[in-house]
Amino acid sequence: MSAYSPKMLESIKRLEGTRQERIKMEPLPLIGPEEKTKLLEEFHPDYKKGTQREIKIGPSKGEKTPYEIADIFEAYSLINPDNFEIGEPDYDVDVLVVGGGGAGCAAALVAQESGASVLLSTKLRIGDANTNMAQGGIQAADKSHDSPAIHYLDVIGGGRFTNDPSLVRALTIDAPGVIKWLEDLGMMFDKEPDGTLVEIHGGGTSRKRMHSARDYSGGEIMKTLRDEVFNKKIPFVEFSPVVELLTSGDTCTGAVLYNMETSETLIVRAKTTIIAAGGSGRLHVQGFPTSNHYGATGDGLILAYRAGVPFVFMDTIQYHPTGAAYPEQILGLLVTEKVRGLGAHLVNNEGNRYIYELETRDVNAAGIIRECLGRKRGVETPSGQQGIWLDSPVIDITQGAGTIQKALPAMFRQYMNFGIDMTKEPILIYPTQHYQNGGVKIDENGLADGVKNLYIAGESAGGIHGRNRLMGNSLLDILVFGKRAGIHAIEVSRNIEHGALTLDHVKKYHKELDGLKMEEKRYSPKLLPDYRQPELRKDPEPIII
Amino acid sequence: MAEENGDMVDIYIMGKKYRVPNALTIMKALEYAGYVYVRGCGCRGGFCGACATVYRLPGDYKLHVALACQEVVQEGMAVAHIPFYPANKELYDIDKLKPNAESILKLYPTVYRCVSCNTCTKACPQEIQVMDYVQAALRGDIAKAADISFACIMCGLCASRCPAEIPQFNVGILARRLYSRHIAPPAQHLADRMQEVEEGKFEEEIDKLMKMNKDELQELYTKRDMEPK
Repeated sequence: MSAYSPKMLESIKRLEGTRQERIKMEPLPLIGPEEKTKLLEEFHPDYKKGTQREIKIGPSKGEKTPYEIADIFEAYSLINPDNFEIGEPDYDVDVLVVGGGGAGCAAALVAQESGASVLLSTKLRIGDANTNMAQGGIQAADKSHDSPAIHYLDVIGGGRFTNDPSLVRALTIDAPGVIKWLEDLGMMFDKEPDGTLVEIHGGGTSRKRMHSARDYSGGEIMKTLRDEVFNKKIPFVEFSPVVELLTSGDTCTGAVLYNMETSETLIVRAKTTIIAAGGSGRLHVQGFPTSNHYGATGDGLILAYRAGVPFVFMDTIQYHPTGAAYPEQILGLLVTEKVRGLGAHLVNNEGNRYIYELETRDVNAAGIIRECLGRKRGVETPSGQQGIWLDSPVIDITQGAGTIQKALPAMFRQYMNFGIDMTKEPILIYPTQHYQNGGVKIDENGLADGVKNLYIAGESAGGIHGRNRLMGNSLLDILVFGKRAGIHAIEVSRNIEHGALTLDHVKKYHKELDGLKMEEKRYSPKLLPDYRQPELRKDPEPIII
Repeated sequence: MAEENGDMVDIYIMGKKYRVPNALTIMKALEYAGYVYVRGCGCRGGFCGACATVYRLPGDYKLHVALACQEVVQEGMAVAHIPFYPANKELYDIDKLKPNAESILKLYPTVYRCVSCNTCTKACPQEIQVMDYVQAALRGDIAKAADISFACIMCGLCASRCPAEIPQFNVGILARRLYSRHIAPPAQHLADRMQEVEEGKFEEEIDKLMKMNKDELQELYTKRDMEPK
């Protein structure tokens, strides 16, 4: 018995009827700049009216961001700065790393290697991060017909020419070195027998430069880095997120950790602090499902913002074009772009391809929404969810039987759990909230704009990808800027003494908030999403420390 | 919706009975019942191993295993998470190890004690042939151990069931790192590129791009040649 409904099976018949012809046809051409602008303005969620507002407070006052993100900016600290006694530090370190994903582990490893004392604090476990879930791959221009300059052009074109050039330069010129670093650590890349790295296309790439580890690319990177963090005995504390930074004037001097299991607070005095706390998918902008990790609640954004770091591009969110639309149990989970990279077609309810499959993510997400909501050629599931077919069986037909099981084992396993054999049947997809394109403002060393001795790396930072990120450049950016921040932080901390520990910036922020006279008093960071039934939620009564 | 349709089942969360919609995964069922995860929840997509779960079904003596984020609830299911398992993780310098059985056995001598009972394989929610990679490691076939263990998400369920007290998942990552560091040849094209980067070969071209305005970049971008699929 098929896992699909009778109505969906009829649609699959139409898709199967056109498959042979579709395989023979040339891919549709890339759309031109004008058509692209029109498509995005009409159908990309970023442009939807009534979903964003201007922030009324802080260093980026007047800038727009989605309501759900504005809510964490326009919010009180979990710490009451008037009552909280900071006391003697529990930890005294050169470098505090906030976050245990790819960026945090990379920063901690290079910092400790240079002889610094390091503490890594993380909200969940080390490795509980979007890094672990990244399937498709990591970009780097390391073949002779490719170059960092060609990579640069792909990145900046993908970002619609809005990216910060100095950050794109750092990203692309450091990329081969990051792959080499991973290779030397013994990370298991897909390779030919002679050692040549297997590289394929991703959306928006002009050269095949997507490196992978089957479809566990980020997972294998994360497991390797975590293993190394353990081997190097880097001190870490899990389930203890940073709930507030400590400052002295315009300088970051440490942080307050909150042990979520014991409710204890811990004071860290740090010469330098690196925020690598990830993105914000779990804030569910516009109610979208998300492909993100449980802990992706944008904590890094508000910690840096309250301390005085402005943000950039926070009005643009990346919706991954291919989130699972069926079955219901995996709604929003990612179907890696590698499925399209390997040749699967995007097919509408009439059985036709309607767009080039490897357009950039913003274009393809808008294209799917246009096909479903604008042109009414979407496929409907029994629960009313719209979707477009991703004709995965094409992969095995064109690349040889067994390709899916070899190149996409995680994907294959996931669908088999729900009775769908993606080597024989297509899968249904719809855009899902995937990535925070923007973030707080940094320079090419990861140094925060406007606050001394504070660094931001990974998804918390903005500007690298402009208004749209290409596949494979996020695994790259977390390692490039994680390493850069780690190295720079060490150099800085060699020449400075510890500063005073105060919450003055929080007092100032609270005073500004008081002036807004908000009807509902909100608190942030949010730490964890709440998925209980509404009647069981005790919202909004957060822990006040 | 499910409540109205009556599509509900009774499940037992660590012995306590709750009525939940039958279409939910174990993870979503716990949240539906009112739990807020601190431990035991990670990626929610089958990649991180945070939500290792054991369960039993009515009238069945067998202990089943699953990832709570992937498995759908069933009538009468009795579930418990194992969010952490204290298996030993030995420390090493990967550069200094040799890719052979001796390296692995010195760090994890319990691998010697494998009795080929296959309990680990039966306990793997990823359906990995765990015992086969432990045996491959024992024989010194590092490449095979690396290949078979590849999809391991390190949830620890194998180790929790092993009568020989082998931390299989830690043996797996060690095998993969040994293979990749010492057996798979390094990529020559990568080493060549590293040298070019160090020599500053691309600086001038990138500097030029950095100085271009949007229109100039747009023109270059639109005209760029694409490597064929």
